[in-house]
Order: sequence, then C-alpha cells, then structure tokens
Amino acid sequence: MHVHRYERIWIAFGVIMLVVFLSAIAFASVADNINPPSGMQTIDPTKVAQTPPFDHPGLRKIGDGRYEAYYVAQVFQFTPSDLKIPVNSTVSFYVTSPDVVHGFFIPNTDVNMMVIPGWVNTSTHTFTKRGTYLLICHEYCGIGHQNMFGKIEVQ
Amino acid sequence: MSLAAERSLRAENRLVIAHVYAGTVAFVLGALFGLLQAFSRADAISAPPWFDYYRILTTHGVLMALVFTTFFITGLSTFVTYRSIPRERSLALGWIGWVVMLVGTLMAAYEILAGNATVLYTFYAPLKASPWFYIGAALLVVGTWVVATDIFANVIWWRRNHRGEKLPLPAFCAATTFLMWWIATLGVATEVLVFLVPWSFGWTSGINVMLSRLLFWYFGHPLVYFWIMGAYIAWYNIVPTYYKGKLFSDSLTRLTFIMLLLLSTPVGIHHQFMEPGIADRWKMLHTVLTYGVAVPSFLTAFAIFASFELKARTLGKFGFWATARSLPWDNPAFAATGYAMLLFILGGFGGLVNASYNMDMLVHNTIWIVGHFHVTVGGPAALTFLGTAYWMIPKLTGRELWSKSWALWQARLWFVGMLVMSMAMHLVGLLGEPRRTASVDYLGTGIAQTWAPYNLMAAAGGTILFVSAMMFAVVAIGTLVANRKTQPMDAEFSEPSEISGPTPRSLDTIWRWGVVALVLALLAYAGPLAELIHNPGYLAPGMRTW
Repeated sequence: MHVHRYERIWIAFGVIMLVVFLSAIAFASVADNINPPSGMQTIDPTKVAQTPPFDHPGLRKIGDGRYEAYYVAQVFQFTPSDLKIPVNSTVSFYVTSPDVVHGFFIPNTDVNMMVIPGWVNTSTHTFTKRGTYLLICHEYCGIGHQNMFGKIEVQ
Repeated sequence: MSLAAERSLRAENRLVIAHVYAGTVAFVLGALFGLLQAFSRADAISAPPWFDYYRILTTHGVLMALVFTTFFITGLSTFVTYRSIPRERSLALGWIGWVVMLVGTLMAAYEILAGNATVLYTFYAPLKASPWFYIGAALLVVGTWVVATDIFANVIWWRRNHRGEKLPLPAFCAATTFLMWWIATLGVATEVLVFLVPWSFGWTSGINVMLSRLLFWYFGHPLVYFWIMGAYIAWYNIVPTYYKGKLFSDSLTRLTFIMLLLLSTPVGIHHQFMEPGIADRWKMLHTVLTYGVAVPSFLTAFAIFASFELKARTLGKFGFWATARSLPWDNPAFAATGYAMLLFILGGFGGLVNASYNMDMLVHNTIWIVGHFHVTVGGPAALTFLGTAYWMIPKLTGRELWSKSWALWQARLWFVGMLVMSMAMHLVGLLGEPRRTASVDYLGTGIAQTWAPYNLMAAAGGTILFVSAMMFAVVAIGTLVANRKTQPMDAEFSEPSEISGPTPRSLDTIWRWGVVALVLALLAYAGPLAELIHNPGYLAPGMRTW
C-alpha cells in the first residue's frame, strides 16, 4: 500500500509521542509507585456493620506518623465524617459500602476511589500541608448524594 | 429519473427522515434539560421543590448520549449505504429497526420521567430501576441490530452482484461502524438481559456489581467510538464534497475504520481505573490499548488536512492560513463540521489524560470528565451530525435549507458555547469539583469555596448552547414546512485523490477483521473476567435510593 512520505513522518511523530507518554506513565508507576487503587479484598455488603474493622470505623495509629482510616460509605454519609490527623501523616484509607456504589475523593490529593458494595478499596496518601481537606462522594448514589461529604483536618 | 426510481428514492428518504428527526427531537429536549442542569448547579435559579436534578440529568444523558446520537448514526449510515449501493430494495428491516428503537426509547423515557429510573445513563447496579427501563434500553439496542442487519444485507448484495469490485467507501465505513457496534453491544445486552432485568423483577436476589460494571464498560467506551466513527463517515465521505475536493486516500480511510473496529472495544477498563477487583496489570493493558486507538485519529487528522491542502493548491493557495481561508466557512454544513474538527483537537488530548492509568486519579469523576465528553460527543460528534443534517435534509426533502444564515449562526454559537462551557468544566474539574452532583456547595468547606465562578461560566456556555440547539430546531422544522422544493435530491460522495493509489484487497474485507476484533476484545477481557469469576465477591441486593 502506498503511504505518502509526509504521512509516514506524521504517523511516526504520533506513535513516538504516545510511546513517550506511556513511558512517563510506566515510570511514575514503577519508580514513584503511583498506581490506581485496586483493592482485592471482598466483604459481605449485608454484614458490613458486624464485620471488623468496619464495625468500628475510624482512625487507627499503626506507627510513627502512620495511620489506617476505616470508612463506611453509605447513603448519604461517610462514617467517620470528620477526621483529625497531624501534618506529615501517612494515612491508608480503607472504604466499603453496604448499599450502592459511592465515590471517595479528596480533592488536592490523589485519593480517588470507587466504593463498590462487596469490595474494600484502598488508597494511601501523605498529608504534607495543614488545612481542611474536603472528602466527597463523587459517584451518584441517590437523592441525597450532594449531601454526602466529610472533612479531614490536617493540623 | 424514472417515475418508479423517484418513488423508491422518496420511500428511502422517508425512512432516513424518520431516523434523523427522531434524533432531532431527542436533541432539542436534551438541550432543554441540559440548560436546567447548568443553572441549577450554578445556583443561578432557585429550583422549585418538585425539581429533581438527578431525574433531569438522567434524561439529558439518555437523550443526548444514547438516543440523539444513535438515531442520527442509524439514519446517516442507512443514507450513505442506500445512496452508495443504489438498487431496488426492501425497507422492511430499516423500518422495523426504527420502530423497535422508538418503542424502547419511549419506554425508557416514560420510566425516567415517572421517577422510576433515576439511575443516570450508566445505570450502575445496585441502583435498582424499574425493569421496564432496562427493557426499554435493551429494545433501543436491539433496534440498532435490526438496522445493522439491513446495512449488512445491502453490503452482501453488493458483493454478490459486483464480484471483483471494491465495496463503495461510504457503505464500507457504515458497515464497519455497525460491526464494531454489534461486537460492543454484546456487553450491555448481556448485562441488561442476563443480570439487570431478572434482578429488577425480583427473580434473582442479588447482583455481581463488578461483573455488571465490567460488562457495561465493555460497551461504554466503544459507544464513544460509535459516535466518532459516525462523525468520521461524514468527514471522509461527505466533507470533501463541500469544497469540491478529493478524499486523500481510499486505502487509508479503510485502514482507519478497520483500526477503529479492532481497537474500540478492548479499552473499556480505562473507565474503571479507580475500582477495586480489577488488578493493576489489566488497567495498564487497557491504557496501552487505548493509546493504540489514538492512532486512527492521527491518521484521520492527517487525511483531513491533506485533503484541504490538496484542494487549496489547485486554487494556487499555499500555506496554513491561505488553505484555511480557502475553505467554505460560509456553508453551514462545512462550518459546523470544521468547528467540530477543531473541538476534537481539545477532546483528543484530554482523552489521553483520562486514559492514563495513574494520571486519571486527578480527574476521575470530576467535572473535568464532563468537560471532556462535551468536547468529544458534544463537539466533534454532535456538531458534525448537525452540519451533516444541513447537507442531508435538502437531499432528503428536496427543500432548500431555512435558513442558511440561521444554520451558520447555530454552528458558530455551538462552537463558542461548547468552548466556554467545557473550558469551565475542565478547569474546575482540576480543582476537584465532582460530576453528577445536584449542588456543589458543601457548606463552603475547603476547596469547594473556589468553584462558584466556574459554574457560572459553565452556565453561560450552557445558555449559548441552548440557544444554538433551539436554532437548529427552527432550521430543521422550518426547512420541512416553509420552503419550496428546489433542491436536487441526488447525493455525491468524495472520490479519492490521484495520490491515493490502489486499495489492497485485505483492506476491502470486513467480516474477517470483525473476527479479529472479537478475538482481541475477548483477549483483553479474558483476564479480568476470569478473575472476577474466580473471586466474585458477594452479591449486592440493591435498592432504590431516590
């Protein structure tokens, strides 16, 4: 098949650009360990309130400046709704839902998860700046979806 | 034209008109619901107590993304197939398809407006809608299968009666588009018929949520390419005729459509990067494949600009601006499509961000995504469809467009409105504003207090878009009722340029590439599907939360 020389150059340019972009993604994944949340743990959505640790959601200190935060996302609130953590803490969030699909998103961070009933999703972030962070449900979950948010105070 | 030939042409035209105008009604209503949303979100109106943002949002999404686009693509594809394969034919399949699509649409629309299906156009389980909503959606898809069968039947007729000849390019593009669509809709049909319908009737007690989402997005992203392929049918086969130019290359056009057939489906997991239950390696695989599907769009960008330039050179115009100025920007059909192409440059690059495995964490489910799909389906696809309607309606009705200047301003306003609205959405999305949310006030907590000006800007863009949509309605209806029949009804499609060269036989086959496409889709999904079957998690009973 005849392909014009200019077109060959253009296709080569496009493909090289894509390869450069993909390399950047792969580098961020491998070298900086920036990967999407892919929790593999399952949980019976009808028994969330009886299943540890989600029977007592909240913050657990697991080491120096290291925390685990267990959240239940359900129509139309997060439990816990407010969290206070010291600055420079590294927090691993674990979240599940007993009812429908919710979102778990903290703007200005890379904590961005879908919360699927039957599954526990997880994401880790180090909070290096003081201030009030907003936690929002960013997947439509019903009539009160817009009221479903929480706060994280980094002190 | 003989009397009999003219009669059968008019009968074919009536079928296409039915498709295109059903799409137009969906588009105009969809635009109205879009306006209400934009104002409500910007807090620019105090909504009455009965106002239900999510019901309006569901209606807007279903009408625009599923109904308008689908009816337009079935209409356009039927038109280009019939006109490029002229023969005596039965229109039965075309009409049956249209009726089934319409019945499905009306069922789904009734359930949404009655408040029984406020589940948005993605209808994510375990939000449990009325079974009749799911059945309506399934009928819309089944109707498109009937239309696809009609297109395939015409292609098979051509192959039998024109041995050794190339399939006419418009029919090739339409058939490839609908073969891709057929492969893709297997996912949503399985989701709806096997899982959602029995579950919503109460025949099964729970639903595997992740499996339903995997099946949905197996369909959901190729849906996007269905829109784009619909637009590309016009860009390659029709647009060059607006400036009396040539198609850059016959074989590269076929290659583009074959690549889209192959690569549109095995990419859906890039909508599911933030979900549990799908391992990182599958997310990375779908990132790479999604980048692959950018290649046919690069080919298209080259082919379009090359066709512009070839024509400009014959007029003695050289260079970028001279070429740009030589194009018929005063022809509404061209202007609309030209603006559509410009919007796609923004949409394409935004799409590379969203498809990026880890960068997507910054934008997933923010209103950036909404900005993105408004400069893809709302720009390149929708504006191409409107522009193509300006070309097609005179050929369907024999009537002159009423009026050319309204049509021209409609296209300009849509372009400006879309730029303003999507720019606002992209920017505030980066600041973290979520999509699909009735009010983004959050009591002024943290970053939420910075969002309001962008929402006003989006509402301003939305208002311009609404005015533009109403102008389209005036032109579409005005042409039917106001003007005299003066226009010739014959349609010509673009011919390949001298540079084009002969087309290899391998690029004039469709079914074999379809088999390859199906195998690729199965390979890309075998891993995550096997893992979800091996580790299915628990079934969710589901509920109605609205």
